[in-house]
Amino acid sequence: MASISARRLAKELHEIQTEGCPVGINLLQADDFAAWQFTIEVMGESLYQGEVFTLLFRFDKHYPISSPAVQFVVTDGKTSPVHPHVYSNGHICASILGNEWSPVLSVIAVCLTLQSMLASCKKKERPPDNDRYVRHAPDNPKKTQFHYDGNSP
Amino acid sequence: MSDYSLSDDDYYNDEDMFDITQDDDDMNMDDYTEDFKVDTNSKRKSYEIEYESLNQPAVEKLMQQDVAYIIGILGVDSSIAARLLRHSSWNKERLIEKYMDNPNTILVAAGVTAPEPPSVTSPIRTHIGDRRTTRSASKIISTLSSSSKTSSKASSSSYQPAQTRLKAERFVCPICYDDSSDLQTASLDCDHLFCTGCWTTYITSKIRDEAEHCIRCMAEGCCLVAPDTFIQSALAGEGEPTWARFQELLVRHFVSCNPNLKYCPHPGCTNTVSCPAAASKSSLTTVVPAVSCGARGIPGSPEALTSAVAAKEHYFCFGCPIDSDHRPVVCSVAKMWLKKCADDSETANWIKSNTKECPKCQSTIEKNGGCNHMTCKKCKHEFCWVCMGPWSEHGTSWYSCNRYEEKSGTDARDAQSKSRASLERYLHYYNRWANHEQSAKLSLDLYAKTEKKMEDMQITSSLTWIEVQFMKKAVEEADKCRMTLKWTYAMAYYLARGNEKELFEDNQRDLEQAVEELAELLEQPIEADAIPTLRQKVTDKTVYVHKRNEIVLEDTANGFLEGRWKWNARVEGFDEPDQADLV
Ligand SMILES: [Zn+2]
Ligand SMILES: [Zn+2]
Ligand SMILES: [Zn+2]
Ligand SMILES: [Zn+2]
Ligand SMILES: [Zn+2]
Ligand SMILES: [Zn+2]
Repeated sequence: MASISARRLAKELHEIQTEGCPVGINLLQADDFAAWQFTIEVMGESLYQGEVFTLLFRFDKHYPISSPAVQFVVTDGKTSPVHPHVYSNGHICASILGNEWSPVLSVIAVCLTLQSMLASCKKKERPPDNDRYVRHAPDNPKKTQFHYDGNSP
Repeated sequence: MSDYSLSDDDYYNDEDMFDITQDDDDMNMDDYTEDFKVDTNSKRKSYEIEYESLNQPAVEKLMQQDVAYIIGILGVDSSIAARLLRHSSWNKERLIEKYMDNPNTILVAAGVTAPEPPSVTSPIRTHIGDRRTTRSASKIISTLSSSSKTSSKASSSSYQPAQTRLKAERFVCPICYDDSSDLQTASLDCDHLFCTGCWTTYITSKIRDEAEHCIRCMAEGCCLVAPDTFIQSALAGEGEPTWARFQELLVRHFVSCNPNLKYCPHPGCTNTVSCPAAASKSSLTTVVPAVSCGARGIPGSPEALTSAVAAKEHYFCFGCPIDSDHRPVVCSVAKMWLKKCADDSETANWIKSNTKECPKCQSTIEKNGGCNHMTCKKCKHEFCWVCMGPWSEHGTSWYSCNRYEEKSGTDARDAQSKSRASLERYLHYYNRWANHEQSAKLSLDLYAKTEKKMEDMQITSSLTWIEVQFMKKAVEEADKCRMTLKWTYAMAYYLARGNEKELFEDNQRDLEQAVEELAELLEQPIEADAIPTLRQKVTDKTVYVHKRNEIVLEDTANGFLEGRWKWNARVEGFDEPDQADLV
């Protein structure tokens, strides 16, 4: 059996290329089945008007059974959105990327969820434990066991 | 958000701990035990606690009893009873109460039945309290996939890979996008259909990678929990080891829900210890629940099959996370001490070094055995590795290597000299604490070399197997006593000054001296013709050391039962210390 991960990502990529991405989301880079990048912006009225962020997806061979590692890119002058669920190193505290991940979710579904997470933001602020977390954070956000509060997507 | 945990190493590391029991582990050796005159049938001592070791099938039997009880009361089938019990953390009374109150609520919460009405386009699932609706991810998926799922109503969630579920339209697995005509599919009662390959991969990953025993449907937002029969079918064949792991996870969960039980923390071990006497927190101020699951070494590894000292018996504390026997000190004090050591690790690191300078000629001395009686190779000066004092004075009544002589109050007036005095005090205890651990390890290393030689001797000389075993028994006893000694330093650090502490330290000193003498004997060169004499000496000393250890353990344990020990710091579960005793 060919790798589920490769077949699944090939299919997702094919659909992105033929049907296009949802509004506000653009494929930036998908050269292989290891890492993809998207730009993401919030359309309409929001606290992030005019801001464009870059999302990095990293896949291992267990995708989609296990979730992809997803974070905002914070290198090359890029920054992560100031948001109560987004750390300044780009890591995101979102339950769908952790214990509520479902293998039927797709890369685009994740992008849309994060887009709506930004759209509904009421106040631009970092998580209260941002400094402490960033100091000790692992490179791969999947290695962190986040404890989700009632508002994380 | 806001809270997270990175996997930190635990602050204590007790890989060097091991212990021996008084019964013989591998062979019936009547004349051998006769040598040691150790009473194997005596009744429980004050420092021992009553407990029972259970293997996995024994715990599974307990689980089945609970399941049978629930089946009898609620009239549900065993698969449902099991899922209800797991959901209720095996609290039977609460489960029955909730079920009587509203069966549907708990059946839904336990993932047995789908909530009604089943919402086809559920919003992205958020946590309780967040009612924000977002665009449906299920919809996103169906626009992504070239066809949507179809299935006939399945009668049950039993794992029945069959094409009969498919209608004319060809099924595409929403996870792997496989659309082959012979694709086997399965679903739970919710009818969320996936190919069996994806089910197997998913279930394997949940069990293997996430150690999860509660396996939900793969569909987004679907909360149904797969029954055991479904999981077993998905893992049939190549998945057998995963199925076994799943059953282990169920046992672990059951054990963790029951305060009378604790799972053996030693790697690879699947035994459980039952110890109702230490189930309550309040019992832990009067007793140290050191228990053993009975197994030795790493199960399945070759070392466990040999009688090597390396295959240590699985001792651990029932009352706290310390995975070794920390007698004679109670859990709360042991934990305080470990925390203090972790906090001060940098200050104390230098002590662990294996080399020091000779106090007389300053040449470098390396310690490569467990004995603390050092003789400088260069100037022949004999000194104590721990206090660096002359060895000749050790063992005399006026010299105490173990006791910390508190400076009189006038010495420490300003804050700086106070903090220096407190560091000195701490280092005194830490030094001895760390040294016993290190010495025990060095003794074992040394013994590993000796053991081989002893075995060879058995072949080349007229000595029998039993006659060469005395060293092993002695090494094990010395190691056990060093562990007691190690923890007595944690205890002494927190004991309030006074008569009781002095008596404690007298016992500590006597044991320490005896152990050092035994350790010295163990480093004697082994020659075949000298063995009978050495054997007699070592055996006598082993018996003596064993007695001294009993005295320390027993007296300390009695002190806890009588409430005799007073502390110089606030200790959880004990009375507030006297102001004058605080340090
Ligand atoms: Zn599939
Ligand atoms: Zn389902
Ligand atoms: Zn064990
Ligand atoms: Zn303990
Ligand atoms: Zn010297
Ligand atoms: Zn000394």
